[in-house]
Amino acid sequence: MNTAILALEDGAFFEGVAFGAPKDSAGEVVFNTAITGYQEIFTDPSYSGQIVVLTNPQIGNYGANVYDQESGRPYIEGLIVRDLSPVASNWRSLETADQYLAGRGVAVASGIDTRALVRHLRTRGVMRGVLSVTGGRVEDLVARAKSIPSMAGLDLASRVGTTTQYHWDEPVSPVCSSDHEAAPEPPRFHVVAYDFGLKRNILRRLVHAGARVTVVPALTTAEDVLALHPDGVFLSNGPGDPEPLEFQAAQVRKLLGRTPIFGICLGHQILGLALGARTYKLKFGHHGANHPVINRITNKVEITSHNHGFAVDPETLDLNRVEITHVNLNDQTLEGFRHRDVPAFCVQYHPEAAPGPHDSHYLFHDFIQLMETSRQH
Amino acid sequence: MPRRDDLHRILIVGSGPIVIGQACEFDYSGAQACKALRSDGYEVILINSNPATIMTDPELADRTYVEPLTAAYAEEVIRRERPQALLSTVGGQTGLNLAVELAETGVLDRYGVELIGAKIESIKKAEDRLLFKDAMRKIGLEVTQSQLVNNVEDGLAFASKIGYPIILRPSFTLGGTGGGIAYNREELVEILERGLDLSPVHEVLVEESVIGWKEFELEVMRDLAGNAIIVCSIENFDPMGVHTGDSITVAPAQTLTDREYQMMRDGALRCLNEIGVDTGGSNVQFAINPADGRMVIVEMNPRVSRSSALASKATGFPIAKIAAKLAVGYRLDELKNDITRVTPACFEPVLDYVVVKIPRWQFEKFPGAEPVLGTQMKSVGEVMSIGRTFKQALAKGIRSLETGKAPAARKLDPNLISNRLITPNPERLDYILFALERGESIEEIHSITYIDPWFLRQLQEMVDFEKELAGETLEGVSRATLLRAKREGLSDTRLARMWNADPLAVRARRKELGIHAVFNRVDTCAAEFESFTPYLYSSYESEDEAEPSERKKVVILGSGPNRIGQGIEFDYCCCHASFALQGFGHESVMVNCNPETVSTDYDTSDRLYFEPLTLEEVLNVVDEEKPDGVIVQFGGQTPLNLALPLKKAGVPIIGTDPSNIDLAEDRKLFGRLLDSLGIPSPANGTATNPEEARDLARRLGFPVLVRPSYVLGGRAMVIAYDEDTVRQYMREAVNYSQDRPVLIDRFLEDAIEVDVDALSDGEDVLIAGIMEHIEEAGVHSGDSSCVLPPHSLPAPVIETIKNYTRRLARALNVIGLMNTQYAVQNGTVYVLEVNPRASRTVPYVSKATGVPLPKIAVGLMLGKKLAGFKELTASAVDGVLTTRQYFVKSPVFPFNKFPGVDPALGPEMRSTGEVMGVGDSFGQAFGKAQVGAGTPLPRSGAVFLSVNDRDKPTAVEIGRRLASLGFQLFASRGTAAALKSAGVACKVVFKVNEGRPNAVDLLKAGSVQLIIYTTTGGRTFPDEQAIRRAAIACRIPCITTISGARAAAEAIASLGSRPVRVWSLQEIHSPVGESATG
Repeated sequence: MNTAILALEDGAFFEGVAFGAPKDSAGEVVFNTAITGYQEIFTDPSYSGQIVVLTNPQIGNYGANVYDQESGRPYIEGLIVRDLSPVASNWRSLETADQYLAGRGVAVASGIDTRALVRHLRTRGVMRGVLSVTGGRVEDLVARAKSIPSMAGLDLASRVGTTTQYHWDEPVSPVCSSDHEAAPEPPRFHVVAYDFGLKRNILRRLVHAGARVTVVPALTTAEDVLALHPDGVFLSNGPGDPEPLEFQAAQVRKLLGRTPIFGICLGHQILGLALGARTYKLKFGHHGANHPVINRITNKVEITSHNHGFAVDPETLDLNRVEITHVNLNDQTLEGFRHRDVPAFCVQYHPEAAPGPHDSHYLFHDFIQLMETSRQH
Repeated sequence: MPRRDDLHRILIVGSGPIVIGQACEFDYSGAQACKALRSDGYEVILINSNPATIMTDPELADRTYVEPLTAAYAEEVIRRERPQALLSTVGGQTGLNLAVELAETGVLDRYGVELIGAKIESIKKAEDRLLFKDAMRKIGLEVTQSQLVNNVEDGLAFASKIGYPIILRPSFTLGGTGGGIAYNREELVEILERGLDLSPVHEVLVEESVIGWKEFELEVMRDLAGNAIIVCSIENFDPMGVHTGDSITVAPAQTLTDREYQMMRDGALRCLNEIGVDTGGSNVQFAINPADGRMVIVEMNPRVSRSSALASKATGFPIAKIAAKLAVGYRLDELKNDITRVTPACFEPVLDYVVVKIPRWQFEKFPGAEPVLGTQMKSVGEVMSIGRTFKQALAKGIRSLETGKAPAARKLDPNLISNRLITPNPERLDYILFALERGESIEEIHSITYIDPWFLRQLQEMVDFEKELAGETLEGVSRATLLRAKREGLSDTRLARMWNADPLAVRARRKELGIHAVFNRVDTCAAEFESFTPYLYSSYESEDEAEPSERKKVVILGSGPNRIGQGIEFDYCCCHASFALQGFGHESVMVNCNPETVSTDYDTSDRLYFEPLTLEEVLNVVDEEKPDGVIVQFGGQTPLNLALPLKKAGVPIIGTDPSNIDLAEDRKLFGRLLDSLGIPSPANGTATNPEEARDLARRLGFPVLVRPSYVLGGRAMVIAYDEDTVRQYMREAVNYSQDRPVLIDRFLEDAIEVDVDALSDGEDVLIAGIMEHIEEAGVHSGDSSCVLPPHSLPAPVIETIKNYTRRLARALNVIGLMNTQYAVQNGTVYVLEVNPRASRTVPYVSKATGVPLPKIAVGLMLGKKLAGFKELTASAVDGVLTTRQYFVKSPVFPFNKFPGVDPALGPEMRSTGEVMGVGDSFGQAFGKAQVGAGTPLPRSGAVFLSVNDRDKPTAVEIGRRLASLGFQLFASRGTAAALKSAGVACKVVFKVNEGRPNAVDLLKAGSVQLIIYTTTGGRTFPDEQAIRRAAIACRIPCITTISGARAAAEAIASLGSRPVRVWSLQEIHSPVGESATG
């Protein structure tokens, strides 16, 4: 058994046993508190540049399969767990989590006191770290951690998303015969989706709700988007700091009022930037599947899936132009808003879940509804 | 939507006596609900027949009725108190059933009482199997297919439609008798024919089998606004086919992908919506086919359940408390999460640890009952353990059970492996580990147990690692390996046994190597937010989060898993000790591992350690907290067993010195003490072989009481009337040795047994209660009804008892509580037993006298004097506390769960719970206690009497009295002769083996309403057993002692046709003697 060391930029380090791919990795160290859905987390492109700590101590129990992927490959830089299962026990699994990650170049440290690590990150904030599985010295690893470019100011979105345009028409498929998912709606609306690091389940949900989707690269101009004659434009999730995404914000500004817009996560932040708001970095972000968010329109609480390190500062939103629709009940951060005059709305959290509760699926139908209404005008 | 202001007075219904399937988890939920509603300014009226509960403490409600949970008594409470609402969802199935009955009989309408928590339609939709299935199909959830049939042809037709195996459940048979699984047509015909025959309505439910499917539970909360959350997911280690209460369960669920979990979550929310649960907590069970993921919904409980208590403890989310708040109109997002303080209760807890629950069974107490597990719950208690990993949690759970069986000392038979794996049974986990040790593969074991391979792999790793460790030595083991062993959950004791060392040497060695237990917090959020609640579990991680204070503090050791003889009564004492310590300005620190209890609520003590009650784990807590004192006398035998080793390790035990506790248990030392005090006890001795036993028994004179040393609840105790019985006992019944001899006492026949609870500060001795048993000596004190004050003891006997009690307390230098058992035979008082600790009867005595005994006891342990508590004891310092009325405590038995077991009472304790009846006369109190215990005495009809020769004179008296009350008498031949010769008319009935129609036929025909059938001493005969068992099956009260019969006759006479009377504890104990009005 090889030793794995996670060294943080502040000099703290944690020792465990190495699994996965035998290569060192580096990135911002963040923790996710979701109990289920590790494979979706591995493959969420929003985790680009990040080493992920999972707080559920037993990871890998149900192995890995080809269905629960949010993209074509894992995007996490490294994985930190308390106990990685050597076996996979689930009727859909094809390989163990260890085999899955090893085969796709991701290093794992198991046996780490993840609770102590999370408490460290909670009190000091997220920080850069190096995961070494090849026997590096702690001092060197700490020095390397310090030299990693900071997440703040980093445009990862343009790099992670697709470089070519493509179509998507696959809906959500039932997990088994008992899955009581409603049948997909016929595709009545054409949605152009900006890919800043798009999760597949967003596409599946859009299709399921009645859209056919054209996915376009992050650097597509508003003119090119409009040339596709969309019924609506979707702004995807993605990794990194939204602030450098000036090009994207500018395109969104041009699209506002020309076509209905729906944004999720980074898409929400870009919409905020386009409307003149500012974003800021959270101390340790929101990464989990249990955050309560109140919908101020319906006054109902949704349990939601989160994955973001930055947030839109509600103080900088022009409340004459936009209305705050969703607020996080844990820390009162902004979770969603809509434009008062033109058809545009967005949420900071992940209504597509994957992983997480399905409480917010209605937002996809709201988007369809918005396109329907706009079409009539 | 804040609280409802239109409600002011709310009635809460408790769950009554502890029975299998309904234990102290409902004291936990009821107590939480009382506190939650009162803190919001509501007046709370409580009805619960169980005096051993915290919830029935007069401080917890505005009006507390310890009265039977029947519609008649509840109606009387409602009539007097006029509540506007009834909260039905925190009192288990009993509470729910009573609420339904009150609604359906129009009582609630008549008094304008609104049902809150769950509406009547929702309860019915959830409880009625067919309505439930229809409702679930309607919302697209799959259910198992089933059909009620009343002939074999219909059964076969249904089977051919859905395929084998098929589950068969005959309707209305006791304990599911006659049910089974048919794997083919032949078996189906056989079981179905038998089932139809056994069912009184000639009906069998034929159902699709999901045996072997994975089993899950979700705990859901929902508010009036429709906000809903899942508090916890639970996965059963034992797949479908074993009752959840009898399954090892794990939280959170371990083997579900997010897709599957969310499918289940969606299903649970839709289920609540469809059933119409407006507010509160519900439990929804699912089964998943491991082959293709197909999911069926098994059942839902529209109320707080056993699993809710477990989920609350597993997550730190107080389900019952929140449920009560939601019932009066709050929204989830209006309530705070107590643990983080800053975040709302409207969220889903996440765990960064693993929780394991393991049931505890006691089949050994029910000879004749087959120790197999199925769809009916059989366990009497459970433990919960928390670890950073499944392996650690499981290992901690196993040692929390206190089965006295260390894994290495298991007596397992290789030939039994496949049998013990195929048929679920209490030893299955042991046998799986054994099979793995012997090299059987996970695949093989999975193929016969269906237990998920992930769990089996974890067990395999445990077994493999232990093999690896066996090659080490205490001196040679490396720090890394030892640390790994501790992180995997291995105890010092286990390592010591492997390495032939002393457990304390292992402890010393690992401390030398810098390996210490640390404590992590249960915080609902996986450390995402700061936790303000010291709810702790041990681990061997890198960081300690305990943050002990510098305050004066005392550690209380709890009583571990519920078992017969050690149950809720001790938790009551521990909780009170905690409240008292806080009142005296000390910090209270609780250590316990029973998730069903109030003591393991993070609200009860200042600090909670959810830990096994082993020497190692308790020392870890002591090392961490450095307490000023440790209390061992409130948790029953469990902490007492640790008293001496703790003292030896330098731990400050407060109260009675452990060596004096030990002295009272040591036969020789205690005998010497009694001799020196001149206090008589039954002649006795010890034996270590059959010859010695025979000679001793001869010398003492028959009958004799024979028992092993160091037992609890009368385990393996018999009364021998002859040498044969003694010989057989020595041959078969028990293990004994030079160190653990068999104890033999002269048995005092026809003696009255008396229990005394007393408080002592070392000088003054205050006698709290002198309880006269109804059943004669020889019936275990826990199984006997008793009355306070004594109703038949002459004054000189009472004086003698007081005198002995005082002298014993002083001689043992008791500081705190002491329980003494006496037998009174022909005016002579004998001491049977002295326990210098809190007894099972402390809560009952506290409630009857209105004096909080545990609170005063804690004061005494802290060095205060009895004279300082005059305001609590009505100025009594060294006298006897008085009561204004009669209080009868009666036991409740689980015989309906163990068909085939003889329900005759004896020296082995078998009751699981108790009720209290209050009355102006002994008869009234006894009668009410019987109603509360679920065996109400008839007011008219016929009685069947069959008694042994000794009892005949008394039986004549009783017969005459019952006849004068209008009862018709039936009697067996001998008893009839005695009755007739005394001029009491009766009809002779055949015994079972004498011909027909016999007594059993009479019972089954419903022609008899009461049975008085005393044992013939020593052994029981098949005939007696048949009648008593038939009585249990027909739910007809069956009295097996003549003194019990006499009490019953008095109760029948006293209750007569008089109206129902109830009293609240508050009015009983009000200083001015507020009279019972209304």
